[in-house]
Amino acid sequence: MLLKIEKRAEYSRAMIYLTPVFALILTMLTSIVLFRLLGVSPMEALHNFFILPINTEYGLSELFVKGTPLILIAIGLSVGFKANVWNIGAEGQLTMGAIVGSSIFIYFHDIDSIFLLPAMILLGAIGGALWAAIPAYLKTRFNANEILTSLMLVYVAILFLSVLVHGPWRDPDGFNFPESRTFSESADMPILMAGTRMHFGTLLALFAVIGAWIMMSKTLIGFQIKVIGSAPTAGGYAGFSQKKIIWFALLFGGAMAGIAGLSEVSGPIDQILPSISPGYGFTAIIVAFLGRLHPVGILFAGLLMALTYLGGETAQINLGLPVAVTGVFQGMILFYLLACDVLVHYRFRWNSFGKAAS
Amino acid sequence: MSGFDWIVPVILTVITAATPLVFAAIGELVTEKSGVLNLGVEGMMLVGAVTGFVTATVTGNYFLAVALAAVAGGFMAFLFGILTLSLMANQVATGLALTLFGVGLSALMGQEFVGEPVASLSKLNIPGISDIPIIGPIVFGQDGLVYLSFVMVALVSWFLYKTKAGLILRAVGDSHDAAHSIGYSVIGIRYMAVIFGGAMSGIGGAYLSLAYTPMWAENMTAGRGWIALALIVFATWKPGLVLVGAYMFGGITILQLHAQAAGLDLPSQVLSMLPYLATVLVLVLISKDQSRIRKHAPACIGKIFHPAA
Repeated sequence: MLLKIEKRAEYSRAMIYLTPVFALILTMLTSIVLFRLLGVSPMEALHNFFILPINTEYGLSELFVKGTPLILIAIGLSVGFKANVWNIGAEGQLTMGAIVGSSIFIYFHDIDSIFLLPAMILLGAIGGALWAAIPAYLKTRFNANEILTSLMLVYVAILFLSVLVHGPWRDPDGFNFPESRTFSESADMPILMAGTRMHFGTLLALFAVIGAWIMMSKTLIGFQIKVIGSAPTAGGYAGFSQKKIIWFALLFGGAMAGIAGLSEVSGPIDQILPSISPGYGFTAIIVAFLGRLHPVGILFAGLLMALTYLGGETAQINLGLPVAVTGVFQGMILFYLLACDVLVHYRFRWNSFGKAAS
Repeated sequence: MSGFDWIVPVILTVITAATPLVFAAIGELVTEKSGVLNLGVEGMMLVGAVTGFVTATVTGNYFLAVALAAVAGGFMAFLFGILTLSLMANQVATGLALTLFGVGLSALMGQEFVGEPVASLSKLNIPGISDIPIIGPIVFGQDGLVYLSFVMVALVSWFLYKTKAGLILRAVGDSHDAAHSIGYSVIGIRYMAVIFGGAMSGIGGAYLSLAYTPMWAENMTAGRGWIALALIVFATWKPGLVLVGAYMFGGITILQLHAQAAGLDLPSQVLSMLPYLATVLVLVLISKDQSRIRKHAPACIGKIFHPAA
């Protein structure tokens, strides 16, 4: 072998920030091939994907509408991933957050109070956290794999949502459509900018970014998460409880996903529907990695992934491309990122033996 | 006898529900035995399902459909191999990426085929023998893939425990450093195990779109890839128990359909939750016994191998 791969003694900082850029460039290059295969002019497709959607002020505001749930969820997941807690059931936690958070409106829809929305947000966080508490309990008590349990609960949560909208939560005046009643003004997320759908949830997401940054860099729990995640044995010697971290990571991730779910139903959706998320909980996994598990990185990665949703829609309308292109794009970017990560952890060297032989 | 008329159709549906799980789980078992955890089963199944379906619709050749599904699953697994084995990426993250990618890719590939029906995989019907009550249709009236699933379980079991190659594969999974130091190619062996797992997942997916519900729908695996992963834990990495587990889950899946038909007064969605809840329950029951898991799980599972020399 001419090339030799050596483990780096310490992570290359520059590479950590450069790999997402490499990944994006490689994804773009591959998608040019993909667009050709689909019989679309690559330049036109890229223009439709990345420029057109955010050409207008409204388009730009939509970036924040789509990015809000992604950023909220990814912030929650990143804390878990840092601690090696693999919560991949955010989609279910989002659903339960939306359900529990809006329950107060569904049952007391006459309430007209400025406390209604804060109560709903709080309940949304609680709903998501409770749903994530199940894998946390099963992991800490029975050592059941949290990847599988949290994911199974996604299907349970979505089916539960379906029970509600087809049954007890169906709008009595809704002509039998499987939809809840529309949220009243006091249950709606306030709009931040007139004429757009940008809502208060975006501020919550920015607050989460700042809060998580402070938590991870300045607090003891943040320190414990990092130590347990990178060197569990050392963490054990230091007296950090792994169980406590598992609980914290899952509850925090669940609460964030729950808030994301509630902010969707009381924001752009405005009611409970059988389907309240186009897979935000899963895309947020990509956002978390692409953002290098760092709050600020996640902010940018969330907006980029939001752009792929918007771009997919634009390309569908203008070029007749299937919406699924978005998913392929998102998966590809994560693939390339993981592949490029080899540059972070390892150093490539020309093998001197190989040189001599040639 | 007429009171037992329901038995045969129930058993037949259990078999069709269990077969995709058998394929996916037995393939992933080999992958895990080599020390690699590939969480991309769901994605590989989906790509297999759509490849099989599209091939069958376009060519009408079911043998080719299943073969290409295996190739497609194997290719997805090969991508996973490049990332985790050659580029030493985290296996958990890469497996998730493979599933997310597979969901999108299969939806893209199947875009024009959604809702189109295709003739179901033909059954092996032996005139005379298949007409024997109960035993006839169950034992002699299945499609080829059902028989193949049993053959694969037997083959994998024989390979792992009775052949030298199987011993080497297990050694690689239990101690890659030791296997490497006596001269075995850890990476090469793992590539083969990973690709085999992907091919089996691909066939499992094709079974869904060609026999279980002969059609293509986005995300039609509905978590079966993940259930297959849980089955391996349930089976404590033993091929025979994978078969038992898959049939148990097949039974639960079918139970919900029949409970509905029997007029059970519950929303249908509650019954649909059963397989997922059962998976969680099974995981809890098995994982409780830590020592048993540790004794049977491949020691190197999920660990990155980087040769020192």
